[in-house]
Amino acid sequence: MGIVNILGKKEILMPGNPSCPGCGLALGLRYALKALGENTILIVPACCTSIVLGPYPKSSVGVPVFNIAFAAAASTAAGMSEALDLMGRDDINVVVWAGDGGTVDIGIQALSGAAERNNNIIYICYDNEAYMNTGIQRSGSTPRHAWTTTTVLGKKEPKKFLPLIVASHNVPYVATASIAYPQDFIQKLKKASSIKGFKYIHLHTPCPPGWRFPSDKTVEVARLAVLTGVWILFEIENGRLRLTGPSRNLVDKRKRLPIEKYISIQGRFKHISKEELEKIKEDVDKLWHTLIQYSSKENIEKQ
Amino acid sequence: MKEVLMPIAYPTKGSVGNTGLWRTLKPVINYEKCTKCFICWMYCPEAAILAEDKPVILYDFCKGCGICANECPVKAINMIKEV
Repeated sequence: MGIVNILGKKEILMPGNPSCPGCGLALGLRYALKALGENTILIVPACCTSIVLGPYPKSSVGVPVFNIAFAAAASTAAGMSEALDLMGRDDINVVVWAGDGGTVDIGIQALSGAAERNNNIIYICYDNEAYMNTGIQRSGSTPRHAWTTTTVLGKKEPKKFLPLIVASHNVPYVATASIAYPQDFIQKLKKASSIKGFKYIHLHTPCPPGWRFPSDKTVEVARLAVLTGVWILFEIENGRLRLTGPSRNLVDKRKRLPIEKYISIQGRFKHISKEELEKIKEDVDKLWHTLIQYSSKENIEKQ
Repeated sequence: MKEVLMPIAYPTKGSVGNTGLWRTLKPVINYEKCTKCFICWMYCPEAAILAEDKPVILYDFCKGCGICANECPVKAINMIKEV
């Protein structure tokens, strides 16, 4: 029962919601609500979650939800947290739960504004790497060479890595997480809810219909993303980067699983050639290099 | 109009009905093999597995995605075709 005690028995996301079978975001939302508890207000821009929350007059979650336009999620949350502050309520988590389209592309202006003002909110971006709700169109967060309905031969551009963009706003807390490592994700959420100021968590959530893999492989794909080094788990607290979970042992490239394992399980990478695979590997190495440099910034200052 | 009507949605189990009807493969736990590690409960995206003294699947809501069978460390969950 160890896991049950760590995660908590209470389910705030109800069964029988309209998510697809094997949905990564439903799993992430379930963990997030478990960690944050009932004293939470969710602000959800247009994304898959607006469907998962259920049709009126029924709701799939046991917390108040505010559905808002794509570009306005972070600014709405900022206003809400200011109002709660004036009312003297500091026990409520104001949480934005937005998809990658609503964060990386359309919502980045409001997100950047809220981060700069250091509003007391938790911004969680669940990253399924395309606009899945409207039919798998490419987003800024789609990785290089991935198939989507608007990039039939694979996306030409690399993935926009938002956590570091948010970190450069000098916010108190930025982290990445994966649904395959719920203990790590829940720890980060609990830490985020104890900090005052702008907190950002980027959650990797595989999507079976969009990434073209069978619905029982969701957690496996998420785990392979971490173990092959494609998705890196870390947290940046007051400018200090710390790798967490399995990513701590993966700085050495030889300890990572081959990227082919992660690529071959997904239909969206079915078409790629050898050269394109090398390019993906290069992107991963580049990201690791950037993060290692970021974490050693302090060491440079010491010298 | 004297009062403002507020369209409020209330939390309900099965907000889109019994999603168990979507299922084509049905997970069945073999309790003789089950070690009660509750990893199936942890990774269920639907919250359709109850953590009692042993894991119990809610077949009214289980969509049959098969994550539990895929993640079970002792392979105690079998996916059986629905009839």
